[in-house]
Amino acid sequence: MDLSQITIFTIATALAATALMLPPGLLLAWLLARRRFRGRVLLETLVSMPLVLPPVATGLLLLLLFSPRGPIGGVLTTLGIDVVFTWRAVVLAMTVMGLPLFVRTVRAGFEQVDRRYEAMAATLGAPPLRVFFSITLPLALPALVAGAVLGFARAIGEFGATIMIAGSIPGVTRTLPVAIYSFAETGRDGDALLLVAISAGIAFTALWLSNYLSARAGLRA
Amino acid sequence: MIALDFNLEQGGFKLQLREELVGRVSVLFGPSGSGKTTTLDAVAGLRTPSRGTIALNGRCLFDSRATVDLPPHQRHVGYVPQDVALFPHMNVRRNVLYGRRRGQKLSLDGVASMLEIDALLDRAVTGLSGGEKQRVALARALMSAPDVLLLDEPLAAVDVELRSRILPYLERVRDELGVPIIYVTHDRDEARRFADHVIVLANGAAVRSGPPRDVL
Repeated sequence: MDLSQITIFTIATALAATALMLPPGLLLAWLLARRRFRGRVLLETLVSMPLVLPPVATGLLLLLLFSPRGPIGGVLTTLGIDVVFTWRAVVLAMTVMGLPLFVRTVRAGFEQVDRRYEAMAATLGAPPLRVFFSITLPLALPALVAGAVLGFARAIGEFGATIMIAGSIPGVTRTLPVAIYSFAETGRDGDALLLVAISAGIAFTALWLSNYLSARAGLRA
Repeated sequence: MIALDFNLEQGGFKLQLREELVGRVSVLFGPSGSGKTTTLDAVAGLRTPSRGTIALNGRCLFDSRATVDLPPHQRHVGYVPQDVALFPHMNVRRNVLYGRRRGQKLSLDGVASMLEIDALLDRAVTGLSGGEKQRVALARALMSAPDVLLLDEPLAAVDVELRSRILPYLERVRDELGVPIIYVTHDRDEARRFADHVIVLANGAAVRSGPPRDVL
């Protein structure tokens, strides 16, 4: 019973995290691919930090920022929104950890879009936002899908930051990787292995879907 | 009328032009690397001159002293680049309609039948021949109701037979629509046949300009 709850909870929070990655991720990927500005390298470095920082360290930083006495958490608490040790913390940790992979993949996709198409769209009267949504984004769609799948897969596997900011509260914040760890710790090896199989199934499906979609996009182009 | 008076530097290349284009068709003639495409890009707003002015029918597109630099989408130019750059993810109809301006006189049917692309409208652009792509790109540029049409070597990539079939379409555009054209070519015959006014470019500067029979 609780295994299916854990599975559904993990997939739902990972999907929410993937959706949350889209707006800032697309903006960051576009800025890094198409704009030359001061601080670009700094921004690029900051975006990639969660990739190289120990996830537990990222989790601790998030905990400091989002705890009720932290700078962001304090504001949210006055609005009646609790983050730490709730499902929101799970989504937050997944989003922050998945974002760098999403940004890097989509950025590479944007860089591959021939700028002549964007230039032609502009001469045909399309303002920059229309150029982005009608030319750049559709032509980079395979990269967008690949980036979203990578971000989603990273979110499903998120452990270190999650355990710091969301803990392992059964039925509230316990995700697949956290549950595997808890079950293995407490001698429920059978349940742990079952969750490993479920994780593998989700990862396989996501990757297969990504490859299938990019193959189809490749055929069409 | 198109008034060009600008300097443009890029890498080691310098382009310096001071010309008024008054005819229906002004041809920029010269070898590759002489600055023909760079000139079109400057008019379209895709490259920025280091100083000078560009004006189209009295409308200022660029003026370095007044810091005017209209973005490409506000310039109303119809650009057909050498590689035509049709949007690969759209079919012919969506390409042609992409830049359609509201309240303009040209209809899709009118342009499609003038350029004989009616039968292609629902095709993917990837399956088109070179000549078909040229006509679709021309239709796409025309549907944006441009104040000037910029054609970059429209016949360079097509064979001789096709060339003689596309030229009449270009002449139709010139004669029936009255849109001024800046036409880039390195082909003397093409320039003679098509131009009212020729500017001969070499190494980024105009070396001669005038009616085709005088300068070619």
